Amino acid sequence: MRLTDHTLRSALDALEAGETTSVALTEAFLEGIAALNARLNAFITVTADQALEAAKASDARRAAGKAGPLEGAPLAIKDLFCTAGTQTTAGSAILRGFAPPYESTVTKNLLRDGAVFLGKVNLDEFAMGSSNKTSAYGPVENPWSRANDPDTRLVPGGSSGGSAAAVAAHLALGATATDTGGSIRQPAAFCGITGIKPTYGRCSRFGIVAFASSLDQAGPVARTVEDCAILLTSMAGFDPRDATSADLPVPDFAAACARPVKGLRIGVPKEYRLDGMAPEIEALWRQGLDWLVQQGATLVDISLPHTKYALPTYYVVAPAEASSNLARYDGVRFGLRETAPGSDLRDLYERTRAKGFGAEVRRRIMIGTYVLSAGYYDAYYLKAQKVRALIRRDFEQAWGKVDAIVTPATPSAAFGMDEKQDDPVTMYLNDVFTVTANLAGLPGIAVPAGLDVQGLPLGLQVIGKPWDEETCFSVGAAIERAAGFAAQPRMLA
Amino acid sequence: MTYTIDGSTGPWELVIGLEVHAQVISQSKLFSGAATEFGAEPNSQVSFIDAGFPGMLPVINRECVAQAVRTGLGLNAQINLWSRFDRKNYFYADLPQGYQISQFADPIVGKGEIEIELADGTKKTIGITRLHLEQDAGKSLHDQHATKSFIDLNRSGVALMEIVSEPDMRSPEEAGAYLTKLRQILRYLGTCDGNMDEGSMRADVNVSVRKAGEGYRTRCEVKNVNSVKFVMQAVEAEARRQIEVWESGGTVEQETRLFDTQRGVTRSMRSKEDAHDYRYFPEPDLPPLVLAQDWVESLKASLPELPDVRRARYVAMGLTPYDAHVLTLEKETAAFYETVAKGRDAKLAANWVTGDFFAALNRLKRDIADPPVTAENLGALLDLIADNTISGKIAKDVFEIMIETGKAPGAIVEERGLKQVTDTGAIEAAVAEVLAKNADKVAEYRSGKDKLFGFFVGQTMKAMQGKGNPALVNEVVKKLLA
Repeated sequence: MRLTDHTLRSALDALEAGETTSVALTEAFLEGIAALNARLNAFITVTADQALEAAKASDARRAAGKAGPLEGAPLAIKDLFCTAGTQTTAGSAILRGFAPPYESTVTKNLLRDGAVFLGKVNLDEFAMGSSNKTSAYGPVENPWSRANDPDTRLVPGGSSGGSAAAVAAHLALGATATDTGGSIRQPAAFCGITGIKPTYGRCSRFGIVAFASSLDQAGPVARTVEDCAILLTSMAGFDPRDATSADLPVPDFAAACARPVKGLRIGVPKEYRLDGMAPEIEALWRQGLDWLVQQGATLVDISLPHTKYALPTYYVVAPAEASSNLARYDGVRFGLRETAPGSDLRDLYERTRAKGFGAEVRRRIMIGTYVLSAGYYDAYYLKAQKVRALIRRDFEQAWGKVDAIVTPATPSAAFGMDEKQDDPVTMYLNDVFTVTANLAGLPGIAVPAGLDVQGLPLGLQVIGKPWDEETCFSVGAAIERAAGFAAQPRMLA
Repeated sequence: MTYTIDGSTGPWELVIGLEVHAQVISQSKLFSGAATEFGAEPNSQVSFIDAGFPGMLPVINRECVAQAVRTGLGLNAQINLWSRFDRKNYFYADLPQGYQISQFADPIVGKGEIEIELADGTKKTIGITRLHLEQDAGKSLHDQHATKSFIDLNRSGVALMEIVSEPDMRSPEEAGAYLTKLRQILRYLGTCDGNMDEGSMRADVNVSVRKAGEGYRTRCEVKNVNSVKFVMQAVEAEARRQIEVWESGGTVEQETRLFDTQRGVTRSMRSKEDAHDYRYFPEPDLPPLVLAQDWVESLKASLPELPDVRRARYVAMGLTPYDAHVLTLEKETAAFYETVAKGRDAKLAANWVTGDFFAALNRLKRDIADPPVTAENLGALLDLIADNTISGKIAKDVFEIMIETGKAPGAIVEERGLKQVTDTGAIEAAVAEVLAKNADKVAEYRSGKDKLFGFFVGQTMKAMQGKGNPALVNEVVKKLLA
């Protein structure tokens, strides 16, 4: 077995048993990155020297009996998390070269627990996208390819495409990611790995470059449900520097993975059965539900009647917040600054933002500015807030009948890099199953459950009650056990 | 009687409302831990939050919220237990986030009122529409470089209270009295230092004019007026401008204007068409601000005595309404007076503070914060009068020596032998000598010239270098002339 084939759990066990060292693991991953990153483009910044230094320090801590829960584990960090002294780009040209003098709370928590950072991974610009093609640092390639069409390069999904591709290609044991409308779960599903977006407020947003503040939430991607649970336990927790973070104890999420699902009531929302949905998605969903029944869960048909309004609601709320959050990139204090002789302030803004922002970011800033404008606010933003409340209420009513909801994670498998480019709305449909959890602030986990006819991974999603990630992990682990998903991208063979 | 300005078409009434921005007294900013001290080196009191760096988040400062609640209570206003912050979006170089965090739809304080008193003694209640919390922007310095503007972010994020009045004022005097009263209340509460020169308090003045009996006409807003005097001047100047527009057949357009203090006129700053669309929406980084009723009650219980209440108490203690007014204008003056009066004759203390002490402040151009005589020493001087150690007349001399030397009155009286003579033997000897020296006058007196009584008393006091107890001197003169 190659060291890079370890799961996080098995790597931590091997470290604890003295079978390997953090330095050996880190070197192995850095070699993997050196070999594959030129093709995958998963990493924007590889911090090889720092990683090796950190690994040495970690091995010393372990030798001194001071090992943390993640001691020595090499991870990849989505380039949306500010890392002190290391370039943090948010996938945007406007932040090229920006090295924040502060550390995000989530990455600080991971460092506290002994993690080693290999570098910063690629993403859609400002986390806006479902393909990782909007990155100013080039697209990421999905390590998977179609069985009958191996030369067509596929997207890893987005926005956490670099995180998912890096983990799927065994370039890190796990990665941080963020999810505003599906940005953890969709790329996890596309890359055949697991990812969880916890309850809004579970992880601090301090030091994460903001996209849409009321929807953004950090979470991990990793190769197993348990690995995600271990990572989330470290990442989560109350942070006095984020007023929206919850002052709640963090459970031992890994322990929840072993909980049986017997007796759980699993909700099956009829509105998630879309017209024209691929039969294999439908079949996989049915299969997943059968696995849970076989393990003692019961199925309950439920209705989430406002689901069809979720995407339009999301595409009003998220751009509105983004248009405001991105106003600070003005060339005045940090990042790109574009001037010309005789530039005044307005010219500085226009040049800097025109050059610094890509097309999708500009589109969303314009949509967001529009929906907040006088005369349009009531028809768009205010109405979207009302619908959002109704979507939240749909779920609240469902929790009276069920303990968790199981749905497909995405409406399709990973698509080709040149597909779905004509119409942004087609791209937006990728989030159709995931966006509701963001609007309602609920935890959702995507777990690989099978392959489509092309041999590409497909995922199922488990949505849980607020603060009940444990049931997500329990149900997710039950699907994982039953699916026995062992397929790997061909490039790893 | 309604204040009016006469135009060519007859008298016009004024309608005035004020939006006052008051900087909250607090150790740190509204949403960051950075300090708020005035006059620090540019950009020395700036956190990454205030500078709008990526990933930074605001966290509400509890003390700023408490200050807003105290202020609301001091304005007899509704405290909203549920309020919310909104983002006000606009681009400017000294607004690092590209938005100001403010309260738009749901302010922390609702309707209230304060009472103002005019020069002729009439009282009037001015309604408060609302008070909300918001963060200040930084400062742009355009005069430091030929082609560049400099930005100082020290103010960025400092907590402000915006206090909006109803359009209840009808004259420049009322506007001035309102701002003065508001400033007085804030200073008593300790929620704003009211230093208008330092920009801790500034007013946006809304003015419109109308004919008697009409509804409201279009108003204009005169921005950032920074003294009571300028507010009164701006009201008048703007009202006169509007009257001229109406009377020349024009229409007053709603717009934002600036007051030119040099020329005493208002100038257009931006028209309604150029007005920003601020795209307000609820601040997603902050949950709604929810206050516990208990907490509000505890703030209420610990509120200091406010000027109106204090003034009424002084009147009840026997002070004239005028002295009570003068002594309560500034809370530092009231505190000084309270120390002087504590355990002493309230009226005598008031006479001394408003009389000799104020005169000394004026003469020496000193401030109550830096008094030429401490309240404790002035009180001790009053004690010496009360226990007949010195006379009121000698006390005035002692007071001057206290100013010169800074010494305590007891020591001065001791050193200089100013102690009042109450020994009747000594007084009788002095009186006898005066009578002996002025035998002619004694004769005149005895033949009916009563007025000479005062002459004998005066001569005796003079002979005793003013130290004779005046009552005893009187008594002895009367006895020896009898």
